[in-house]
Amino acid sequence: MSNELDHTHDEDHGHHHKETFITKYIFSQDHKMIAKQYLITGLFMGFIGIAMSLIFRLQLAWPEKPFGFLELLLGKWAPDGVMDPNVYLALITIHGTIMVFFVLTAGLSGTFSNLLIPLQIGARDMASGLLNMFSYWLFFISSLIMTISLFVEAGPAAAGWTVYPPLSALPQAQPGSGAGMTLWLVSMAVFIASSLLAALNYVVTVINLRTKGMTMSRLPLTIWAFFVTAIIGIVSFPVLLSAALLLIMDRSFGTSFFLSDIFIQGEVLHYQGGSPVLFEHLFWFLGHPEVYIVILPALGITSEVLATNARKPIFGYRAMVASILAIAFLSTIVWGHHMFISGMNPFLGSVFTFTTLLIAIPSAVKAFNYITTLWKGNLQLNPAMLFSIALVSTFISGGLTGVILGDSTLDINVHDTYFVVAHFHLVMGISALYGLFAGVYHWFPKMFKRMMNKNLGYIHFWVTAICAYGVFFPMHFIGMAGLPRRYYTNTAFPIFDDLADINVIITIFALIAGAAQLVFLYNFIHSIFYGKKTVQNPWNSNTLEWTAPIEHFHGNWHGEIPHVHRWAYDYSKPGYDKDFVPQNIPLKKGEEELQH
Amino acid sequence: MTLLLSLILLILVTISIWQLTKILELSQPKKEETQVANDQDNQTQGVLLFAFLIFIYILTIFSFWRWGDVLLPEASSDHGALYDNLMWLTFAIIFFVQTITQALLHYFGYKYRGKKSRKAYFLADNDRLEAVWTIIPTIVLAGLILYGLYTWTDIMTIEENEDAIVVELYAQQFNWKARYAGKDNVLGDANVRFLQDFEGKNLVGIDITDPNGLDDIVTQELHLPVGKEIIFKMRSQDVLHSAYMPHFRAQMNCVPGMITEFAFTPIKTTEEIRMDPDVISKVRKINEIRKRNSEELILNGEEPLDPYVFDYVLICNKICGVSHYNMQMKIVVETQEDFNSWLSNQQTFSQFIQ
Repeated sequence: MSNELDHTHDEDHGHHHKETFITKYIFSQDHKMIAKQYLITGLFMGFIGIAMSLIFRLQLAWPEKPFGFLELLLGKWAPDGVMDPNVYLALITIHGTIMVFFVLTAGLSGTFSNLLIPLQIGARDMASGLLNMFSYWLFFISSLIMTISLFVEAGPAAAGWTVYPPLSALPQAQPGSGAGMTLWLVSMAVFIASSLLAALNYVVTVINLRTKGMTMSRLPLTIWAFFVTAIIGIVSFPVLLSAALLLIMDRSFGTSFFLSDIFIQGEVLHYQGGSPVLFEHLFWFLGHPEVYIVILPALGITSEVLATNARKPIFGYRAMVASILAIAFLSTIVWGHHMFISGMNPFLGSVFTFTTLLIAIPSAVKAFNYITTLWKGNLQLNPAMLFSIALVSTFISGGLTGVILGDSTLDINVHDTYFVVAHFHLVMGISALYGLFAGVYHWFPKMFKRMMNKNLGYIHFWVTAICAYGVFFPMHFIGMAGLPRRYYTNTAFPIFDDLADINVIITIFALIAGAAQLVFLYNFIHSIFYGKKTVQNPWNSNTLEWTAPIEHFHGNWHGEIPHVHRWAYDYSKPGYDKDFVPQNIPLKKGEEELQH
Repeated sequence: MTLLLSLILLILVTISIWQLTKILELSQPKKEETQVANDQDNQTQGVLLFAFLIFIYILTIFSFWRWGDVLLPEASSDHGALYDNLMWLTFAIIFFVQTITQALLHYFGYKYRGKKSRKAYFLADNDRLEAVWTIIPTIVLAGLILYGLYTWTDIMTIEENEDAIVVELYAQQFNWKARYAGKDNVLGDANVRFLQDFEGKNLVGIDITDPNGLDDIVTQELHLPVGKEIIFKMRSQDVLHSAYMPHFRAQMNCVPGMITEFAFTPIKTTEEIRMDPDVISKVRKINEIRKRNSEELILNGEEPLDPYVFDYVLICNKICGVSHYNMQMKIVVETQEDFNSWLSNQQTFSQFIQ
């Protein structure tokens, strides 16, 4: 690659430019700063999203019981402290939107793709620092719009995070489908623009800016995951954009893409010939790949953290890469499993059952490879390592129930029940959050030059891990009992009366889990300023980011970028005294590079 | 019971806090030089990982013991048995895999906890192992896919025939209506455009110019004769709804602008399922809960709850707006004679609009 050119470029930045506060901290083009901006914005949104879930969990456990503080918080939407059903729907909608897109897409992938792609492949920065800056600021603007939508007179969007029309298209159908929905769509359109800019940048950077010796087959699995995630994003996000634009047309310009034959509030509407099923197809064409956009980076982080802390190579590197690619390919042809009972042709359902269950194979390979990576390791049980192990655990627990939901027959009776809620929270929600936490604990020293407190990390981990199962395991039973999701309360059906105590237990676990996140928040903020100063390579890791100086400057390395001579997983390799051999150490005479 | 559960929970939480403070204590005495896990941390965390495995198992067993009875009773439709068999087979496989993999994962986490003196075993690859865990899931999944597709085709192949009864399920914010085809067993054409005809008495928008519609019968309760195939035609007048009949393992979305279909044969009358031992004990438990809640209500000067009697129910299962949580219709499955006499007491469309 063009290292010489990059080198002079670096000199420019390192010595001649005097960076002002604004160019360094706000409109920065340095990928490391942008990563931190993504992380902090994502965590901020995350706390909003989690707080919302705790509020509606209160309603589910103690339906229509007054909580004084709710009136304080929600005002006229919670008269006498009892939440209005419309607000309940708004809360679940915005909770889903924020967690899926703003926290687990932008917050997770945005942070670690930005931080790690240049540092782990040996590049001075992203291919385009300017576009990278734009993509962050577009994300910031879309977060801002989504937050503002919470304060709209009639309330924010409330049609569920999938915003199926006609419910989302007609203000007559529910109050949230007025200005709140408009802002939701605008925010998502901006968000998609941000994601696309970012993804293009990641792909170009990985393809073009790898340092000398960093062949594709020597890339750390983190980079493979980010790279493939970016490609999935480029393929699928534009389809959501088109769905959003068509929905905007239906809402504001009288077109009938998704609407037909509607009678509402005593009035026959003019829409003819559209179909909500079309929207479902467009939405899930992104929506399903989206869950892999969320989980793949988390799995990439896990691969890296597990291998480093097990002091052992990741087991089956080639199989891992192959399964990432297989998952990516399959992820684009399984969207119909969200629509088995949408009214589409049952034959399509058969096809989607087939492709969906196929995804279980590469997923199983990954899980088994992770477990084998631990076997006969020398496990350094740092908080990041524990979160990675727990990720494998929830990925298995949640993934297995996917075999039920992916089967069109079995889906008939559990579709849209709490069984689904339990399934996807474990497999992509909790797992991806664990990936985020593992990443933060592991790369905190790289980002902030200090270490996070490990004991607080342990407390955070154990309380979270226990409560996550405490919340979502019993939830399967509610779903198997037939309780639909998105119900304000289940007291309208005596048949569900015996689920009340499960709901109470779930809420108690959720509240404790929420409190545990405050421990993390404290640890995070406190450590930024007062944490113990880090050494250059605190985890004795092989990847290139730890060969860069602790001090941050635009360009990452003084002098020449290190060359790469081996893969990233030479841990405990026979013939070496130390239990790690960084990628930039040349092979010894006669030493074989195992893998390739 | 709630008290007992709260107590158990409290104990669990206390144990975890006690464990956590122990971790803190253990790491306090030696002045920490680093925030990287040392052998002492690895020891504690390894043991905790093993404890966590036990926690997962206990949680699983506890949940089944405590909440096994909230699950739906045996299916009341003829395809339901097929559904339930596939479900339990899949569950058996899932539980087996879950038990083994979680055990390996957490046990390895404990067994191979780090020590300064040890070095990890350098193992990068093993094609044979990879092949094993690619091929075995493939075979198992192929079996499940074939079984699943067989049942799916069986359930979803709907052929109109002489013996089947056609019933329309009509969804609107926030209630259900049913339409029976009448003597001619053909549903008349309908469209939302006709809803305002006859001062709103045309409840599901039947087209008056279609003679097939005149003898249609629109009802607020869904009555079904036992042992007869029912072909449902679903419509919605406003937003998406989903007609969910959990006891029959039946569900289909109702989509404005199109007609969707589902069919099943009910095999147990409402009277029969009320005699089912599982249902009896479930109803008893629910009534105990309702009695307790009623006592609280009476204390607050409110009306007590009615005792619960089991009924099949049609539930809306697609978010549809503010009262989504209360969009339901009672289903009565009865003998053919009872069904006939009930139906003959209903007004036909032409009678209703007079």
